[in-house]
Amino acid sequence: MQPSPTRDLVVGLFVLSGLAALAYLSIQVGGMAYTGPGGQRLYATFEEVGGLRPRAPIAIAGVKVGQVAAIDLDADLRARVALDVDRGLRLPVDTSARILTSGLLGDQFVALEPGAEEEFLADGSEIEFTESAISLEGLIGKFVNNAGLEEKAEK
Amino acid sequence: MSSIQTLGFRTLLLVVHLGRLGVFVGRLARASLAPPSRIRRFVAEVFDVGVLSLPIVCLSGATVGAVLGFQSYVALARFGAEGSVGAVVGLALIREFGPVLTALLVTGRAGSAVAAEIASMVQTGQIDGLRMMSIDPMHFVVMPKAWAMLFTLPLLSALFIVFAIAGGYGVVVHLLGLDPGTYLTSLEDSVDFHDDVMQSLTKALVFGTLMASISTYRGYTSEPTSAGVSAATTGTVVTASVAVLLFDYALTTLWGV
Repeated sequence: MQPSPTRDLVVGLFVLSGLAALAYLSIQVGGMAYTGPGGQRLYATFEEVGGLRPRAPIAIAGVKVGQVAAIDLDADLRARVALDVDRGLRLPVDTSARILTSGLLGDQFVALEPGAEEEFLADGSEIEFTESAISLEGLIGKFVNNAGLEEKAEK
Repeated sequence: MSSIQTLGFRTLLLVVHLGRLGVFVGRLARASLAPPSRIRRFVAEVFDVGVLSLPIVCLSGATVGAVLGFQSYVALARFGAEGSVGAVVGLALIREFGPVLTALLVTGRAGSAVAAEIASMVQTGQIDGLRMMSIDPMHFVVMPKAWAMLFTLPLLSALFIVFAIAGGYGVVVHLLGLDPGTYLTSLEDSVDFHDDVMQSLTKALVFGTLMASISTYRGYTSEPTSAGVSAATTGTVVTASVAVLLFDYALTTLWGV
């Protein structure tokens, strides 16, 4: 078979573009940007995570900076959430984590609020200040109970 | 023959073919280890299978993405959830449509061509000619074709998905007026590397193996007649398509929900 430089070039370009497509799918779409080398892993323990699921976004001031890696039960039967956060992000040690809901019935996400300390959280460290998910059912339950009590009081 | 005899005969024939296919793949694997590497023949086959399949794969990808975007937008807008169009499009494409449709397209376009080429080499005595020159036809003809198909399918599938995401973007953002950020963010948030991208890649590799072994086997074992060539081509498309769909279900259940 005759070597043909043009054909070899086209084949090379094809392979490169295929690999580029794979890389785009893995890194950008597949979210390897947060878990790859240089990403930070932080932990936070919550009393109640509600509907939080792995891969839920982590946001600071509404800007996405990472995603939830895993949610496990720790020895004290509380939810220990592993957070994969962007590389190069420097969070003060008194940063707090809250579980919020986007919109009234939207998906839940972790909101980080940076503190004011001069020291920064290292990779693998624990976020101490956490606030659990607000459960809508709990709120409705309280509201209904209170309304019932008020009605009784009026009678 | 009675119908029961026919049924038994067909079942046994299927098992016989599976056994022969296994032996064929084993011989192919052994031939692949033997020098020389036939790298020039491999590059030529990557050109035939991969580069020449690009137009149909990219065009189909963009169309499938556009249709998927349109349909899921219409369905989700009823619940006011058009923000999740990106998630639906991305997950459906990466997990299923990308590898499966690419495999079906490449089977039709390149698998049939590979089977027909090898079958006509059998028919015209070229395979025997190679053997007379003590060149192993398994090594010279079959091996580069099989590896080229296995190698190109994951690349073509990834390109299909990227073009489909772009096609969906075009329809959903430019035609239906969804916010571009909403589409892409929901797509990127819902797709996971281990669950979805690895599943896609594994499927593409498995489908590539199926296509490569079935099309070369059908061509290589065809009857040395004109009817044999056409039977090999048809048989390749039918068998490989069914095998792809069956294995797709099996692989999907492996990953669970």
